[in-house]
Amino acid sequence: MLYRENGQFKTTYAADQQIFPIAQDRWTILGILLIAFIAIPLLVDEYLFRAILIPFLILSLAAIGVNILVGYCGQITLGAGAFMAVGAYAAYNFHIRIEGLPLLVSILLGGLTSALVGIVFGIPSLRVRGLYLAVATLAAQFFTDWVFLRIPWFTDNSSSGSVSVSNLQVMGWQIDNPVSKYLFCLIFLTIFALLAKNMTRCAIGRQWMAIRDMDVAAEVIGIRPLFAKLSAFAVSSFFVGTAGALWGFIHLASWEPAAFSVDRSFQLLFMVIIGGLGTIMGSLFGAAFIVVLPIVLNQFLPALGGVFGIKISTAGVSHAELIIFGGLIVFFLIKEPHGIARLWSTGKEKLRLWPFPH
Amino acid sequence: MSTANILLKVNSIEVIYNHVILVLKGVSFSVPEGGIVALLGGNGAGKTTTLRAVSNLLRGERGEVTKGTIELRDERIEALTPAQLVKRGVIQVMEGRHCFAHLSIEENLLTGTYTRTDGKAAIAETLDKVYTYFPRLKTRRTSQAAYTSGGEQQMCAIGRALMANPRMVLLDEPSMGLAPQIVDEVFTIVKDLNQNEGVTFLLAEQNTNMALRYADFGYILENGRVVMEGAAAELANNEDVKEFYLGLSSAGRKSFRDVKHYRRRKRWLS
Amino acid sequence: MGFFLETLIGGLMAGMLYSLVALGFVLIYKASGVFNFAQGSMVLFAALAMARFAEWLPHWLGLDSLWLANTIAFVIAGALMFVVAWLIERLVLRYLVNQEGATLLMATLGIAYVLEGIGTSLFGNNIYSIDVGMPKEPVFILDGLFEGGLLINKEDFIAALIAALLVGLLALFFQKTTTGRALRAVADDHQAAQSIGIPLNRIWVIIWFVAGLVALVAGVIWGSKLGVQFSLVTVALRGLPVVILGGLTSIPGAIIGGLIIGVGEKLSEVYLGPMIGGGIEIWFAYQLALVFLLFRPQGLFGEKIIDRV
Ligand SMILES: Nc1ncnc2c1ncn2[C@@H]1O[C@H](COP(=O)(O)OP(=O)(O)O)[C@@H](O)[C@H]1O
Ligand SMILES: [Mg+2]
Repeated sequence: MLYRENGQFKTTYAADQQIFPIAQDRWTILGILLIAFIAIPLLVDEYLFRAILIPFLILSLAAIGVNILVGYCGQITLGAGAFMAVGAYAAYNFHIRIEGLPLLVSILLGGLTSALVGIVFGIPSLRVRGLYLAVATLAAQFFTDWVFLRIPWFTDNSSSGSVSVSNLQVMGWQIDNPVSKYLFCLIFLTIFALLAKNMTRCAIGRQWMAIRDMDVAAEVIGIRPLFAKLSAFAVSSFFVGTAGALWGFIHLASWEPAAFSVDRSFQLLFMVIIGGLGTIMGSLFGAAFIVVLPIVLNQFLPALGGVFGIKISTAGVSHAELIIFGGLIVFFLIKEPHGIARLWSTGKEKLRLWPFPH
Repeated sequence: MSTANILLKVNSIEVIYNHVILVLKGVSFSVPEGGIVALLGGNGAGKTTTLRAVSNLLRGERGEVTKGTIELRDERIEALTPAQLVKRGVIQVMEGRHCFAHLSIEENLLTGTYTRTDGKAAIAETLDKVYTYFPRLKTRRTSQAAYTSGGEQQMCAIGRALMANPRMVLLDEPSMGLAPQIVDEVFTIVKDLNQNEGVTFLLAEQNTNMALRYADFGYILENGRVVMEGAAAELANNEDVKEFYLGLSSAGRKSFRDVKHYRRRKRWLS
Repeated sequence: MGFFLETLIGGLMAGMLYSLVALGFVLIYKASGVFNFAQGSMVLFAALAMARFAEWLPHWLGLDSLWLANTIAFVIAGALMFVVAWLIERLVLRYLVNQEGATLLMATLGIAYVLEGIGTSLFGNNIYSIDVGMPKEPVFILDGLFEGGLLINKEDFIAALIAALLVGLLALFFQKTTTGRALRAVADDHQAAQSIGIPLNRIWVIIWFVAGLVALVAGVIWGSKLGVQFSLVTVALRGLPVVILGGLTSIPGAIIGGLIIGVGEKLSEVYLGPMIGGGIEIWFAYQLALVFLLFRPQGLFGEKIIDRV
């Protein structure tokens, strides 16, 4: 009964075109932001920040990037991890090679470099499509894996590509404890999510979607596939690269190429598909799901074994985790192939009609 | 219609897609053995959904029949799979043709025989028969289906269904995207098949004019309900049908220069 | 020259194995439009089953014939692959009809995790060996032409022969049988196939089973050469460039693609590797595939992508 839009009249175009046209939604979002910025830093303990919240924020950002490419522009990518790696290592190089470059600038430059690399690896998309393209993007993945492992220049001559950063600060704000790291990432996510949402609502977003839905037809009505596809690659890689830089600098602080392996790419793709293709909200849902699930399983399985008096070995736990994780993914895809975001909007739809469906 | 030779009887079915979208709201109709029955109505009226409910292709679209019954010769068929229905002689030709793009025309036709168990000779015979009804297909037998014209693809789709030796064909918008001449050709063949081979047709069409010319009986669907039914000739002469579906009115073609014209109201919308 | 030829032949032999993995991909893709990332896990699962049963059976049954134990193990592993195929259809595929390619791809990744988890919990995760009595001794051939001749493994030759046989049988099956035609129809448009009475469920079980058998053969050959261990799942990643190079829908493409990639990898590793640092095999294969794709977007032998608005 609460969720009704009766009586909310739109009298201007601006009102009609706002992101959240329903007042209840606006209040909810505002509430969530308030909780995220004020309540959580006050209430939550360190472990949660480090194990869940910070990874969730950064991977959400990356997932939004992947979603722009996969969900909005319809170009499946299996190489998102590569762009995270490019973002992280590029930011690292800017950070150590240019004395006194502000952290923020390094991270954004990392994202930009990743965008450029994204354009290069996006070029095949002009020729190849669908699954062929998906596999072609794996080329980016394995190539960057190799580059950062074998070419010492990129990693400041450190062995096996492991690098580290320390003493990070933004305009005097020390980013060293979990709360500050959390807030730093949260600001990034909020701004970038808003940016993405608006981008997908304007001309360029419509071009992406036209290409996604049928590229030949889109071309016929005058959309330039070159521009649309490459811009999607660039924007997506920018997001993913920025997330990669955050992942390296803020979350890990010291990392090696394995942090951005092909498994990371799969993980990101899982997020957008489970969350919902073509929705910004879905990227966040998906990231939350994929970040939280393994942790829950890890904590829960031994406890469950204990209940039945079975002592599960660590190897047993990791096998069971694999099985359950895989099983749940499949289950989810079957139950809601359009992702959690669709569940969300069906839920809202039901709420609107409640208590009289049909 | 006499009740003795009813082939298909659909009894106030309700269809829901995705657990939320109610599309058919109690549709009933019946199809006599050896007849051509047309389901008419505009876009989104629920014609395709009705056919899918009968042939049970709904499952793949996340739809389900939640109320009502569908009977084929007094046997309930809601729970059967499409393959089982084909074995019982009911086959659907889907909207938009759906030929197998990379198979040749002849291979396309042969796929229709998957459920048959009566041997190679019988299949060759049916193939010949299909080629006599669709001589165009014979000339294109080795070309890839994707590169044939829309009309040829439609014929291929119908021919492929005939290869299963069906008693009843559910034909979904055969006129879609075809030139009027080709539509005529297709419908003529359908009529021939009906008269010479005794195949029953359930036809979903937007092209009311054409459908009523070839069908025996028609049902008009609107918004998931049957709003009108009757023999084809009767329907074609009905004032409402003329106005809303045939684009004619009692005063002949309307001139839009006459400023005032009172449109007939759809009386079934209360 | 001799060295070059040896490298070349080594590449061809490695390529043969890639081809077998790629073949599994192609079969499933052709018939169900599913890009099966679980192919590597299927190879692992099949090879593990084969290795462990061949090891256990002599203990259980008191057999002392290696040949008999291997045969029974092979049959059991084959039967297991059938069960896997049936379960996958039963529990996953039938609910995912008509979903998008990306969703299906992710579902197969889920399946891969489950298979890996089950495989390693049932059969253990150490390194096991498969001994099917392949002749290991190398032979020299062509010593008339070069001094020293060429050093070749007999085992490799037999493996290549088996692979060729398998491919021939499959090609016949697809082109000549009713089921094969139905499989191709399903690959093109499974809704339409369903509408004319082709039972999708049965077709999928068949095709996943066939792919499972191919995985088993690949697993046995690979395992008898290099041992069975968890890292076998990564052969899927090795098989991918092969599939796109050859064309997702082409069986001959999988074979020739495999050979090209095998040779390319070995040659690049030997001649290019020292110049730019080692370990370039894996990305080199992908770049090679990519270069081919730029000229033929559907792969060398893939069915032409037909664009009509
Ligand atoms: N797969 C589906 N999922 C949800 N809604 C559907 C689906 N297919 C059709 N519909 C809806 O059902 C209604 C009737 O569609 P349909 O039966 O295709 O109409 P017709 O064939 O008469 O044009 C339409 O409003 C359409 O939006
Ligand atoms: Mg329709």
